[in-house]
Amino acid sequence: MSLAKRIIPCLDIDKGRVVKGVKFLEIRDAGDPVEIARRYDQQGADELVFLDITASNEDRDTLMEVVERVAGEVFIPLTVGGGVRTLPDVRRLLSAGADKVSINTAAISNPEFVAEAAYRYGSQCIVVALDVKNAAKKDEAPRYEIFTHGGRKSTGIEAIGWAKKLVSLGAGEVLLTSMDRDGTKSGFDIALTRAVSEAVTVPVIASGGVGSLDDLYHGLTDGCADAVLAASIFHFGTYTIQQAKNYLASHGVAVRDATLR
Amino acid sequence: MATVGIIDYGMGNLHSIAKALRYVASDEQIEVSFDPDVLSRMDRLVLPGVGAIGHCMDELHRLELDAMLAEVLGQKPLMGVCLGIEALMTHSEESGGVDTLGAFPGKTVRFAEPDAQPDGRRRKIPHMGWNQVRQERHHPLWKDIAPSSWFYFVHSYYVVPDEPRHVAGTTEYGVRFASVILRENTFAVQFHPEKSQSAGLQLLANFLEWDGAAY
Repeated sequence: MSLAKRIIPCLDIDKGRVVKGVKFLEIRDAGDPVEIARRYDQQGADELVFLDITASNEDRDTLMEVVERVAGEVFIPLTVGGGVRTLPDVRRLLSAGADKVSINTAAISNPEFVAEAAYRYGSQCIVVALDVKNAAKKDEAPRYEIFTHGGRKSTGIEAIGWAKKLVSLGAGEVLLTSMDRDGTKSGFDIALTRAVSEAVTVPVIASGGVGSLDDLYHGLTDGCADAVLAASIFHFGTYTIQQAKNYLASHGVAVRDATLR
Repeated sequence: MATVGIIDYGMGNLHSIAKALRYVASDEQIEVSFDPDVLSRMDRLVLPGVGAIGHCMDELHRLELDAMLAEVLGQKPLMGVCLGIEALMTHSEESGGVDTLGAFPGKTVRFAEPDAQPDGRRRKIPHMGWNQVRQERHHPLWKDIAPSSWFYFVHSYYVVPDEPRHVAGTTEYGVRFASVILRENTFAVQFHPEKSQSAGLQLLANFLEWDGAAY
């Protein structure tokens, strides 16, 4: 018996619908969030992550309704992120039924906010989402930098040290996305994932680049990730969560058997 | 109508546990309250919570909930969840050392700092995610729950009851620790049943059905 590695489907939400962007070009409608959340729950998802990509505040109320509806019938941990900048933002999401909130841009522009949120609501519900790119030139050793604005804007901040800093401020988990790999289906950035996972004491969720079940396996083993996040391979029915778990279990990775009641 | 009171002392998110209890309730009325008078009239109580134990005990005291609990413990079924299990012990080494409610003789200690595992990787703290619970005794609370079911944990401290007979379930994370404790009609779980999908919902349903009799 041991702690299971977690499989976490990610739902990007825009105006109350699940969407999936392919390399930031086309946004494809992937369905109703409550229905999809229920399906993933039944397939054995270990957690769900909702990322709100809605622009306007008005439409954020729609997200609250979605979170409330999902939390009323899906009883696994629910992380919600997107535009979380203030303590009232955190409180609203937790009140709607989120178990954790994911802080992205504000963790870069105002790291003290992470400390305040962790102090007020507990580290267990504060996830920091880091979007990272390798800024090194070809043939140089990797230099991982934090990017914002969907990977378009460099901050010049070195990623691994920043992850450690945010954890020391109280972040309870790191959601690590490789912007080089996101949307490519070429697998996680293993070196990056491993470096961050070994640098911090809290769990790391690997994200960005999953195209196959073998990618999940490598992220959890070579990458030392505690959990893996994926969107498109699940949304478009390439694989079910159960298939992913069966594959991992058959390769010796501890996963939760969701058929066991 | 049977009533269930969720003790709200301002520590953590009670919406999840209220939602899960309402989901499995047949006709029980689920109420969230910080009022000792209201809570002491309920048929059964839930002591939830996340955060630090020092603050937890301060708040229980400020709201006069510690006195209410001292009076009703043993009188009606009570379920502690996560921080609630820690609050029910005698003493915690968290927050610089804090005396707790004392329903279970024993203490709360921190997981040892991350060390190397056999495969060379480190164990993370908090213990966060799904782990298995081995049932250490037969009890109606385990009805329809498989012997090694998975439950969702998030914690850095664990309880060490003095009396082995109070241990109803254990979990392995570097050490084998008591993840479920039980003494007459008071029981407590280290994990979050409200986030543990069907096994967790079954446990909550069993709690609502339980007559509180000792087995």
